[in-house]
Amino acid sequence: MQTFIASLRITAATMVICVAAYTLAILGIAQVVTPESANGSLIRRADGTVVGSRLIGQRFEQPGYFWPRPSACDYNAAGAAGSNKSPTSPDLIARASAMIARHGATADTPLPADLAAASGGGLDPHITQRAALYQATRVAGARGVPTKEVEALIQKFAFSPGGPLTSDLVVNVLELNLAMDEASGPVSASR
Amino acid sequence: MTAFIFIVLIVGGTAALSWPLGRYIQWAMDPAADVGPRRRGLDRLFERIAGKLGRDAQGWKKYILAMLAFNVVMFVVSFAFLAFQHYLPLNPDGMKAIEGSLIFNTAASFTSNTNLQHYSGESTMSYLSQLCALMWLQFVSPAVGLAALAAMARGLAGRQQMGNFFIDVQRATFLVLVPLALIMATLMVQGGMPMTLSGAAHATTLEGAEQVIARGPVAAFLAIKQLGTNGGGFFGPNSTHPLENPTFWTNVLATMSIIIIPMACVWMFGRIIGRMRHAAVVFGVMLLLMGTRIAGAVLFESAPTRAFASLPIEQTDGNLEGKELRFGAAAGPLWAVVTTSTSNGSVNCMHDSLNPLTGLMPMIGMWLNEDFGGVGVGMINMFVYIILAVFLAGMMVGRTPEYLNRRVEAREVKLAVLALLAQSLFILVGTAVFAVTPWGTKTLNNAGAHGFSEMLYEFSSASANNGSGFEGLGDNTPPWNIATGVVMLLARFIPIIVPLAIAGSLAAKRPTAQSAGTLGVEDGTFGVMLTAVVVIIGALTFFPAAALGPIVEHLQFMV
Repeated sequence: MQTFIASLRITAATMVICVAAYTLAILGIAQVVTPESANGSLIRRADGTVVGSRLIGQRFEQPGYFWPRPSACDYNAAGAAGSNKSPTSPDLIARASAMIARHGATADTPLPADLAAASGGGLDPHITQRAALYQATRVAGARGVPTKEVEALIQKFAFSPGGPLTSDLVVNVLELNLAMDEASGPVSASR
Repeated sequence: MTAFIFIVLIVGGTAALSWPLGRYIQWAMDPAADVGPRRRGLDRLFERIAGKLGRDAQGWKKYILAMLAFNVVMFVVSFAFLAFQHYLPLNPDGMKAIEGSLIFNTAASFTSNTNLQHYSGESTMSYLSQLCALMWLQFVSPAVGLAALAAMARGLAGRQQMGNFFIDVQRATFLVLVPLALIMATLMVQGGMPMTLSGAAHATTLEGAEQVIARGPVAAFLAIKQLGTNGGGFFGPNSTHPLENPTFWTNVLATMSIIIIPMACVWMFGRIIGRMRHAAVVFGVMLLLMGTRIAGAVLFESAPTRAFASLPIEQTDGNLEGKELRFGAAAGPLWAVVTTSTSNGSVNCMHDSLNPLTGLMPMIGMWLNEDFGGVGVGMINMFVYIILAVFLAGMMVGRTPEYLNRRVEAREVKLAVLALLAQSLFILVGTAVFAVTPWGTKTLNNAGAHGFSEMLYEFSSASANNGSGFEGLGDNTPPWNIATGVVMLLARFIPIIVPLAIAGSLAAKRPTAQSAGTLGVEDGTFGVMLTAVVVIIGALTFFPAAALGPIVEHLQFMV
């Protein structure tokens, strides 16, 4: 019985320190020092409406936007998930074939693999620079701007996430599409 | 080449940092008699918090009873928070009541430091449940492991009294885990991780769709999730979720914080028994075993996604299914091995979507479960292998085996074998039962050998107190919840109680004198012996099961 009393006393002490004090300390630091990312790195329009999060992928289907990687959870940021399919699974062939058809890939212009493979959480905000350049012609055509301009914008947004420790350049799809809208007007009006 | 440098920097850097941390943890857990007045003042404070029992010196039996009592309280308190979350505050997104067997599974899972999750955090748990039930257990459950290791080491140092559990668990929580978590959470906040008590954000996307973005007190949760070999994610897909792992650099820090305390535990063990060279040999064996699996995983994962082979797809980065681009190509397989070498179980890529042989590496890690293992308990598991290695070496040369100047006799060896058999029994019998009944076969996400792997992985994860999964498995069913819940609890306490009993039994013996015939435990010969025992026992026990799952899948599709 005494051991349970001692256990309960330690429970109370650890709750106060580990749950209340620790959480409030980190909450305070985060909200004061980095309020923008502490609240989810949200991107807002001039009128304050939230467009999305810089860190969270969203669905793009119109030809004038760059398209993200496929998502096993349909870009649901309140219920993220991966496909959890074995890389040997026939289900992946079906999904990849659909992506190939959408992008119009052929044996001569093969699709960059990240546009065929779903990410772990289904919310990857990035595609590789290769995958962005692959879509440049379509985006430029839909917007009626020179492909060169679109490619220049991709180069501007491409970065190496780990500096010298990663080999692929990536671009943030939402940020790139926002920049496209800024440069040549939103495409959503033409829907 | 970048992959190689990346891995050496992370593993090497963490190993280097573990040395000073091991010294600090010894200061926290087992301060020398001549320690300063401030440190002694802390212990007096802990005694006052614990109450009357805080001043007892406990032998191994009393120590275990105190530990079990505290764990009963941990289970009951967390169970209550989860069961009543829909009536309690701090629930901005209106999470509903949780089903009974899932509450049992979750409370067992977090009490046992496993963090197997048959739910998705952002759609099941209120913020209060996340903080008061789950995050609280993420602090105190690794503290229990660290306390148990300190007690075992004291026994092996020849002390009959193994310390006081109620003091040790507070030392581990307040002096080790809380300070480290504060540092790590602050760094994660700087790295862009969310930390808010506001509910989900509502966005209107560029194409005009609604997107609800779940968020929460993620940074605080993540820090202790990684440091305490817990692994239970705030969000369903764990550290693949961009809000739980926003950048390359948060991923590097998170990877390091998975292994740093388990590594430092080996040094703490060496300091308490006063044999640093022995600790260095054990550390080397652990590093070799883990390094081998890392190399294997990175190599196997550089093979492209098999399903895309006949399609017009350009694959230059190996298998990208289930991976995030911002971490780089080697980060997924590295994390997969590190998280299963320790009993962490968080993921930064989907293990179900790893290439078949890559997926075998995490399974081997969980089967061995000792390099570097969970906080405290990893070194305890390795101790069982050490006893067997000493025993077998003694048999080979026909001498009574000894460990740290005490004779290892039938009783100790029987107990050690019991601890090892329990683990394989849970995994193999559990998998066998679910593989032939609808309990298992109706819940699979992949057909054939990969489906078998999903079940084998689930029981391995429960039994190793790991918590990762081949997450395609539809495991939120009463049979899975109850079976893995029971396995997690048994597989937590048997491997702590049995080694403590061995240490208590050794401590009660008269020390033997060193002689020329004594088997040294501080040289390469012993390292080879220990490695061989670990590999042979692990391979013999689990090879048939591995052959039915990942190996046959590889032979079917990949060659």
